[in-house]
Formats: sequence, C-alpha cells, structure tokens
Amino acid sequence: MKQLKIVVLAKQVPDTRNVGKDAMTPEGTVNRAALPAIFNPEDLNALEAALSIKDRVAGSTVHILSMGPLRAADIIRDAMFRGADGGYLLTDRKFAGSDTLATSYALSCALKKIGADIIVAGRQAIDGDTAQVGPQVAEKLALPQVTYVEEILDIADDKIVVKRRLEHGVETVEAPLPLVITVNASAAECRPQNAKRVMKYKYALTKSEIAADAEAFNAKMAASKDYLQIVELAAADVDPDENQLGLTGSPTKVKAIQNVVFQAKEAKKLSSADKDIEELMVELITSRTLG
Amino acid sequence: MNNIFVYIENENGVAADVSLELLTKGRELADTLGVKLEAVAVGAGLAGIEKELAKYGADTVWVADDKEFAPFRTLPHTAVLCGLIEQEKPQIVLFGATPVGRDFAPRVSSALYSGLTADCTQLEIGDHKDAKTGTEYKNLLYQIRPAFGGNIIATIVNPDHRPQMATVREGVMRKAYAAKPAAGEVKAIDWKKFVKDTDLVVKIIDRQIEERRINIKGAGVIVAGGYGMGSKENFQLCHELADVLGAEVGASRAAVDAGFTEHARQVGQTGVTVRPKLYIACGISGQIQHTAGMDQSSMIISINTDPDAPINKIADYAITGDVNEIIPKMIKYYKQNSK
Repeated sequence: MKQLKIVVLAKQVPDTRNVGKDAMTPEGTVNRAALPAIFNPEDLNALEAALSIKDRVAGSTVHILSMGPLRAADIIRDAMFRGADGGYLLTDRKFAGSDTLATSYALSCALKKIGADIIVAGRQAIDGDTAQVGPQVAEKLALPQVTYVEEILDIADDKIVVKRRLEHGVETVEAPLPLVITVNASAAECRPQNAKRVMKYKYALTKSEIAADAEAFNAKMAASKDYLQIVELAAADVDPDENQLGLTGSPTKVKAIQNVVFQAKEAKKLSSADKDIEELMVELITSRTLG
Repeated sequence: MNNIFVYIENENGVAADVSLELLTKGRELADTLGVKLEAVAVGAGLAGIEKELAKYGADTVWVADDKEFAPFRTLPHTAVLCGLIEQEKPQIVLFGATPVGRDFAPRVSSALYSGLTADCTQLEIGDHKDAKTGTEYKNLLYQIRPAFGGNIIATIVNPDHRPQMATVREGVMRKAYAAKPAAGEVKAIDWKKFVKDTDLVVKIIDRQIEERRINIKGAGVIVAGGYGMGSKENFQLCHELADVLGAEVGASRAAVDAGFTEHARQVGQTGVTVRPKLYIACGISGQIQHTAGMDQSSMIISINTDPDAPINKIADYAITGDVNEIIPKMIKYYKQNSK
C-alpha cells in the first residue's frame, strides 16, 4: 500500500506531576528551575501509535513537530532515538504568549508546509491539561479528528480504523485519511530508546545549536549529514497571518494569576497509638459522621 | 440577543448531570447580566427533554433531533453548534468538560475564532481593563481555572472575541432547580442548513458503553489512597476500610498513575470533584491537584508519615504514622464501637 507520511505533535513540558517541596518558592511562585523538562507523557503514546503504523506500512515515515524554545530539540532527539525519522522545531519569539488557538494556528501553518497523511498528537499536555490543540489543529486544516485513541486496529490507503477509549466504554471508529488523531495515556507505552539509533542520531542538532558552537565536533558532524539536521522553522518559514500569532492572535487573555496558598486551619494532631485511634472512631460514631 | 448558551450533552434523550449543573450556573450568570438562558440539545429521541431543562432555568431549548446526531460524532455536532452560534450570537457558551465537550468545544472555538477556557472551576461576571491599551470592558465572563499542575489559579478573559466559551467538569458546579421554572420554549434548529455531507465521513462501527460502576461523586464517606499506600496490594487496605465504613474508595492522581487503582476513582483536577461528609486521605501528600477536588468535604482526616504534609493544612484530624498500622486499627475500633 501507499507509503504514509506521519507527523507527531509533541511538546516539552515541565514535569508538573511530581511537584516536590522545592517546586514553589517561599513567595508562592512557581520555581521552574526545580521542575525537569520532559517529553509530554501522552505525546510519547502518540509517538508509539505513529511508529506502530510505520511498522505496518513499509516505507512510511514518522517526523516530530514541536513548537517551543530551542531546548525543545531535546525531545525531538529523544524521539529519533526511539524510532522517529527526523523532526521539525517551530521556534520564534513571535509565538510567545500563544494560547491554545494561536498555538494550533502556528502548528497548522507548519503542517501545511510539511504535509502529512496522518497527524498524531497526545490527548493533552500535563502543564495545561486542556486537550484543545489536537482538535483545533484538525479544524484549522479542515481535517476530521478522532480523539482518545487507544489502538490502531486497521489501516488502508484511504482509511483508518481505531479504538477510542471513552469515560465508560470503548468505540470503534472508521475515518478517512488524511486526519488528526489524539492518543490517550491508556494506549501502548512508547518503545524505549534503541542503542543503535542513539549512536546514529546523537549528533542531530538544529541550525541554532550548530551555530552556537560551529567549531565543536558535534556541530561539524551535524552540519555534514542531512539526516542529522533537525529542521528549525521560524514564523516566516511557515507563511502565517501574523495577526493570528502569539499574544495578539490569542483570544483568551490572562487577567490574573493567583498562587495557591493553603488556608491553614488547626488540625487536631493524633498519633498512631491505639488510644488516639479508638477515641477518633468513637467520636465519628457518636457525632453520626459514620454509621 | 447575546444570551447564554449551555450545550446539553445527552444519552438517549436524558440530559447529563454536568449539563444540568451548567444550567444552574448559567441561570445565575444570565440573571446577573439580565439576559436569557438557552439550552442547546443535539441528539436523537429528544422529545420532551425541555421539561427537565426548564426546571433548571432554561428559557429556550434549541433542538436538533435526528439519528445522525446519536451517538455523538465530532463533525456534525460542531457544524450544528457553529451554525446556531453564528445565527443567534450568544455572548457565552458553556460545555461540560466531558470526553464529548473536550472533543468538540475546541473545534467550535477554532472555527469561530473565539477563546475557550478548559476545566473552569469558577465562572463569574466582572469588568476588565486592558493594562496596555487602557480599554475598559464591562461584564466579561471571568473563567477561573487551575493551571501548571494546579499550583496557580488563573483568571482568563476573552475581551474582544465572542462568544466567550468555557468547559466545566462534572461535579464542580452545584445542580439545583431554578427559583422559578423557566418557559423552556422549544425552538427547532434548522440544522440541514449547517450540516454538510462531508461532516458525516467518520463512521462509528461499534460502541460498548458500560453503566457507571463506580460512583464516588455521590458517596457520603470516601476513603482515598495516595502514592503513600506503597503498592497495589497495600491499596486494598483502603477497600477494606471502605467496606467496613460503607464508604467509596477514591485515589490521588499519583496512585492512579502508579497503577494502584483505576482512573474512575481519581479525585482532583483531572478526576472527580467530591464533597462528602467525611474524607479519609490515606498516604496522600495533598498536592493542589488533589485537594482542589476534595477540599470542600465537611470533615477531612489525613493519615501520613510526614507531620508536615500539605494535606494536614486542610485536615480536621491529622494522624501521623504508617497507613499499614493505622487503617487496621481504625477497622478494629470501628467494629468494636458501632452496633
């Protein structure tokens, strides 16, 4: 069957899942330095779904598209170590302050340049949990969307059959290509990095990374081989309507940010001693909180 | 004109709880603004749905009733909502943050080029002044939501684009009949104008929906386990205590992510919001992600080895110690002292 061009949308995010004690400063602001930047977890599920299609359809390609700062190239390399053929980093100060709609617009402009038969994204990113970018990219490209995909069941030249995970059940859906699918955390975990691929792609760099230290061995290696170049796209490279980018292109504005401070109240302190636990249970029973 | 829309999610013509909760909130916002509250029901077999919606304050019930609309599919529902919004120009549109709402509300917002704020925990009407231009805006919808893993609360506004759209999770808003029932006047949506053949390209081949098995939202007492339970086996202790107390079992995101229990039990921002009369938090540190979904419980007991765990700041009783030792003691002394 025809070879497919698959693009995975991936985001580098602060790891908000395991926020330790030092993640908030004493002033109550977020201490970003204390949060490691990671591959958004469901985007890894999306990558696996894309690679599984590539496994089935010989000659297909998988590329990563990530919008973010230069250091987001780290997740593109990670994806290449796991099986992606290459990647695009969409990076420009003009994107700063983008809400989900402006982000989706920028990504859709890049996708028009890159071209894709199947666009795969994680359901949502853990730093915002909005789940909006997948459906909005689909709308901007006038493509159908299938969300919450757990498994690719079948794929043919012009259509795909997938299993979707809903709140209380599953749905099997058939949709035409091209399309956008978003993948759930309940889908297959991403395959690990492959040692041979790490050797092959460890010098993959973006042009900014090469320019930062052009005389370094890494940079010379990357510059000498096409497959080691992560394509860097600025706003101008994807022909956007600039009014739809960044803060200007974002209908939603942040009016206020409030740091969450616990309203401390006096908890009654108890130990694990039998007497403490028995008194507590008796109190719960007599107050009719229990029973 | 410029009323408030609430999208009515439904299964077999029965409105979802979250949609009724949104009607209750929508009624309050509509009264503040002096506008009408309009429900939008898209599905199949919707005859009579307006009676229930009117009780929750819907002045108008827009209906698109056809077999093409059930089960839910993204494209036809998007087409109907976009068409009706362009026709009626509501100033606010609210959706449940369910798999359905989270699937197609972003698509509607993109098509209309209007902002959408996901998973709001509060909605209020207020004024806004743009810091740069000095432009003043009256009566905007404040869309208040946690962000950054719940460590901050952001107030979002859409100054220049309409409608202002938001999604809200089930259980976050209270559901209550309106002070006086509204008219619930049915208006048919002329949906054939809006839905094109190309909106019908995705086909549902099979659908297996289970009845809701776990209902922690309605439970009076919840025993919730966190990462501190240590293992899937140890998590069973929560079930043992819950069985004895006649309680439901809840969990923190960390416990669900670690595979101790299923997602349907997750309490917090990306799970369920609960307000039981008693919440027993076992081995839960109390990240805001979790506490946002349970801090309105009437009474909170925390069990934690760390006396300074954040959960203790909202707890009524903080027991310091090991869950493996304390939970069996709670079971023992409850059995001894209850009749």
